[in-house]
Amino acid sequence: MSLVTATVPAPVEATRRPRRQRHSAAATVLLLLGAAYCLLPVLWVLVASSKSAAELFSTFTFAPSTHLWDNVVQLSGYRDGLFWRWMGNTALYAGVGAFASTLISAMAGFALAKYTFPGKNLIFNLILAGVLVPGVILAIPQYLLLAKVEMTNTYWAVLLPSMISPYGIYLCRIFAAAAVPGEILESARVDGAGDWRTFGQVALPMMRTGLVTVFLFQFVAIWNNFMLPYIMLGDDRLYPITVGLNGLLNQGASQPAMYTSVVTGALLSIVPLVLLFLSLQRYWQVDLAAGAVKA
Amino acid sequence: MNRKLAPLVATLTALAMVSAAGCSGSDDDPGSGTTGGKVELTYWSWAPNMDKVAAAWNAANPDIQVTVNKQDGGDPAVTKLLTAIKAGSGAPDIMQAEYQKIPTLVSADAIADIATEVGSLKDKFPESAWNGVTLGSEAVYGVPQDSGPLLFYYRADVFDRLKITPPKTWDEYAEAARKIRRANPKQHLGTFSATDPGWFAGLAQQAGASWWGVNGQSWTVAIDDEATRKVAGYWGGLVQEGVIDNKPMYTPEWNAALNDGTQVGWVSAVWGPGVLEGNAKDTKGKWKVAPLPQWDAARPATGNWGGSATSVTTQSKHKKQAAKFIAWLNSDPAALKLLVSDVNVYPSAKEATSTALTSPPAFFANQADFYQIAEEASKIANPFTYGPNVNVTYSAYSDAFAKAAEARNAAAFTAALSTMQKTTVDDMKNVGFTVTG
Repeated sequence: MSLVTATVPAPVEATRRPRRQRHSAAATVLLLLGAAYCLLPVLWVLVASSKSAAELFSTFTFAPSTHLWDNVVQLSGYRDGLFWRWMGNTALYAGVGAFASTLISAMAGFALAKYTFPGKNLIFNLILAGVLVPGVILAIPQYLLLAKVEMTNTYWAVLLPSMISPYGIYLCRIFAAAAVPGEILESARVDGAGDWRTFGQVALPMMRTGLVTVFLFQFVAIWNNFMLPYIMLGDDRLYPITVGLNGLLNQGASQPAMYTSVVTGALLSIVPLVLLFLSLQRYWQVDLAAGAVKA
Repeated sequence: MNRKLAPLVATLTALAMVSAAGCSGSDDDPGSGTTGGKVELTYWSWAPNMDKVAAAWNAANPDIQVTVNKQDGGDPAVTKLLTAIKAGSGAPDIMQAEYQKIPTLVSADAIADIATEVGSLKDKFPESAWNGVTLGSEAVYGVPQDSGPLLFYYRADVFDRLKITPPKTWDEYAEAARKIRRANPKQHLGTFSATDPGWFAGLAQQAGASWWGVNGQSWTVAIDDEATRKVAGYWGGLVQEGVIDNKPMYTPEWNAALNDGTQVGWVSAVWGPGVLEGNAKDTKGKWKVAPLPQWDAARPATGNWGGSATSVTTQSKHKKQAAKFIAWLNSDPAALKLLVSDVNVYPSAKEATSTALTSPPAFFANQADFYQIAEEASKIANPFTYGPNVNVTYSAYSDAFAKAAEARNAAAFTAALSTMQKTTVDDMKNVGFTVTG
């Protein structure tokens, strides 16, 4: 009897305590699994790029080795450092493309949110429709258009199509509508500011956090883009890193595929992205929080 | 929202497609205007170090400057070229073209007939290579660059230890495969690769097959013929028996197997040493090469795997200068030397053996007669005609044989041939070719 009375309260305590602390074992496990799913491939790339060609597929998958530097040297030596040129190209495509795209998106989004003009809804709906069309589908038509003006196989062939992002314009419109109050624009006008000045000095700073989001989205999209440059470019000195690394793997039957170089290249190519995200994380978080409240 | 937008999206997509189709119809021919003075030519090639060969040409020919754009291998380059041809601009002047792609490129009007521009080069090349660029007609669609006669590579140390002599016939090859398997159940003499249709086509070529043929104005397709069935049945039997592996080549596992000695033989082409050197560094000095095993030792033959020609595209405005360069590139002794030493190819030109191929490849330094064996092989390549839709046939091969190899079932190997035959004929009829037989 005493045993029963002694044991009864215990389970009650046990179930109550976790509830108070809001711990859920299932959710934690699920999140851990999710984290592992995302991080394991990164870990693999990190470990694999430290292995020599002979070790790559023979030693234990997650056993690191000491050849990272050798691999970087070998990769850098490929055709007189072509890899670093690819890296520079990617930075150019992603940097210039994302900057121009953000600016265009901001202007278009601001105009669509704050101005009234005939055909506004039609234009916005067209842009919305553009959001639904995957960029991959457009690569061939874009190639054919640029071929008409003989601009394929140039930097412009990749930059121009990257500058227009329907999704960016859509986001900017939403953001301009929420972040830029009409009253402020009115008072700017009353004070004698023209359209450009209103946009550049009043609206743009207010939209800043949203623009960082658009910039990051577009930067990552261009950085990872494969299809467009793959179709547009014939000269491997213009390649971005994605297409270049793909080429290292597909050397044709009579050449050995350069697995270690590709893995090392993949690792190096994500370093700038990681840095960018870490440095812009502050804006990114603010923006997500702001969006959550205002939506 | 989505329902409202759906028609809009459909219209946009349709517009995009119409504009694509519209462009593909307008092939404006730039005409081959030749001007005096300096011309600049672009050259698409995926061979490594081709830019160094071009640099040697550029130094000696200031009026014809060639820029090499390195490509990602044969298939992507051809796809890009065909897209550029359809778009009407963007194609290079000069294009590396694998022999099996030439009929495709000719039927797409992508490469030009340069018979008048290159003059008489016929005598400088073996007949099978020259046939590959003329397709048996009066036209010349390129100049042969390299050939890939099939050979048999084997680990001499393993063969010596087990007292096996290099197989002269396919029966002996099967016997050797069994012996190796018995001695060490981890080792294989080779693998049947369902991802390398060019390799299988070469083996069928050796057996006497010619998958396509031209009969007046119509094509014939003979993939599911007796010779190819013999080859498929033979390899299917070995795979079913378990003495030959069923894994594809050029995978990381395959590289490792070559390097750690679990695969001790390789039926491959003359360019094999480069691959072995890259993938199986630790086995240097242990490999030897022998002629391909024969079906009939009294009538030796071989097939080709790989090899390519250099062609001038129809968009080039300087066909004459381009032809001059490719003639030099593929037949001049100085260029042949560079092709061997820097680009690492086995030139098609007959002269190469005496001028450029005087010492064996570095990875086969222990075998002084490497290029004599290769030359003998290149002389006995059987005639073989490729069709205009090799890509379709090759992907049918990969699909059908992947299943058969996975199942390790010999009957499925021969059945895969009828799938290939049917897919090929259906596609050709679909595109509008006349196919008889």
